[in-house]
Amino acid sequence: MKLPKQTIVQRFHIRFFGSLIILLGLLIASNNFLKLDFSALVQNFDQFLALFKEMMHPDWKSAPFVVQPMLETIQMALIGTTLGTLLAIPAAIVAARNVVTNKWITGFVRIIFNMIRTLPDLLLAALFVAIVGIGPYAGVLTLTIFSFGMITKLFYECIETIDNGPLEAILATGGKRSAMVMFAILPQVSSRFISYILYTFEINVRASTVLGYLGAGGIGQQLQTSLSQFRYDQTAVIILAILIVVLAIDGLSNFARERLQ
Amino acid sequence: MTKPELKPVIDVQHVSKIYDNGTSGLSDINLQVKPGEFVVIVGLSGAGKSTLMRSLNRLHQVTEGHVLIDGRSITEAKGRNLRQLRRDVAMIFQNFNLVKQSTVLRNVLAGRLGYYPTWQSSLGLFKEADKQRAYKALERVNLLDKVYQRVDQLSGGQQQRVAVARAFVQDPKIVLADEPTASLDPKTAHLVMNDLKSMNQELGKTVVANLHSVALAKEYATRIIGLRAGRIVYDESIQNVTDADLADIYNGDSSVGERQ
Repeated sequence: MKLPKQTIVQRFHIRFFGSLIILLGLLIASNNFLKLDFSALVQNFDQFLALFKEMMHPDWKSAPFVVQPMLETIQMALIGTTLGTLLAIPAAIVAARNVVTNKWITGFVRIIFNMIRTLPDLLLAALFVAIVGIGPYAGVLTLTIFSFGMITKLFYECIETIDNGPLEAILATGGKRSAMVMFAILPQVSSRFISYILYTFEINVRASTVLGYLGAGGIGQQLQTSLSQFRYDQTAVIILAILIVVLAIDGLSNFARERLQ
Repeated sequence: MTKPELKPVIDVQHVSKIYDNGTSGLSDINLQVKPGEFVVIVGLSGAGKSTLMRSLNRLHQVTEGHVLIDGRSITEAKGRNLRQLRRDVAMIFQNFNLVKQSTVLRNVLAGRLGYYPTWQSSLGLFKEADKQRAYKALERVNLLDKVYQRVDQLSGGQQQRVAVARAFVQDPKIVLADEPTASLDPKTAHLVMNDLKSMNQELGKTVVANLHSVALAKEYATRIIGLRAGRIVYDESIQNVTDADLADIYNGDSSVGERQ
């Protein structure tokens, strides 16, 4: 039996081992650079225990005051995700290479979307608090931009994986590009889109608890107050509330996403 | 058979196509198809059959030459004019190209998209006459009972017949069929070819089909065109076609057909 000759790259799996060596090198280099000291974590463990002891006695009487800001957090996440999605759908269509064949256009909008995505949510929150003041409005704006950046990328990558045959078929019947989007693209991606939106909502609920720390409304604001007053018994209640809500929303959205498959 | 005094419904003039990577797809194709003909194009894979077909409705841009559809140039048409010309040219694909997540009805109605503004079609506001057209087309291909099913629940043969129904409702002058039977079993292939034949004979549509099967070509064509390495090497009415001719188209030069 005569087999075709393998190249050296193929025979010694050079790509695989090469990547492995580069990865290990980067790992060692970055550790040397940062001079990480894991012993500090062990040495200061008693500090953590002291904090933990105080939190072991939650102030249950403060629980009713947690409900309102918690709802505010969920509402912020909900509105932010919805607005972000509404902006992201047309944006993703313009960025998808199989819809817009002009590489200059897709390249240009992608650079803009990448720039938006590089802004961390905490920076956005600080910015919007400075512009519109302390409160949930700043949180909603932050989450809108944050969701937009994330959903746009998920969406256009999803659009680029679809079967392009039906797109061609719509054009061949004399349909417009907009008809192609409505008839051939959206039906192919809608269930995955919904799954991505739910996923983004999960992340937004978690993110919005932190945003309050910067004054962008919701439960985070209360968390910050309790910590600055050293009321760790109240902090414990807030953390428990966040844990329950995040778990519940993760569970619900996971359930919904599985049903979509 | 074909009446010589009829004006060609497809007129391909000196068409060449060179791909971006420099390979030549078509070289100097000249071809006139008269209304009512059933033209079958045969040739090896990579001979340029699909490229030629896609040049006819401008899914491919040609590098040189013109394609006239009913006397109007589709190679120069833009925007609305291009869409209007494409309405007259239905296409059936090897992979059916249906939206599998949508219903049969929605896929068939897609054949009317060239006649509607997008907001109207998106909301499903199709005219009653067009819905009736869709039902009738599905009845023709024997799939009326599947009208509300999702396409991915149908077999391959049924899917191709939905695609045929989509071409029906488009009410074109020309039907292009690019390897319509390549992914079907022989029995279903005949059903689909019979659909095309009835479009041709009962409704007077001009049909141009790429086929791999010489037997099907001889059974359905009124005229056979042979393509090799991007050139027309054979063009005869069916009564003049011999088996030796067909073998020649495939065997003429074994070094061709390596593209793709």
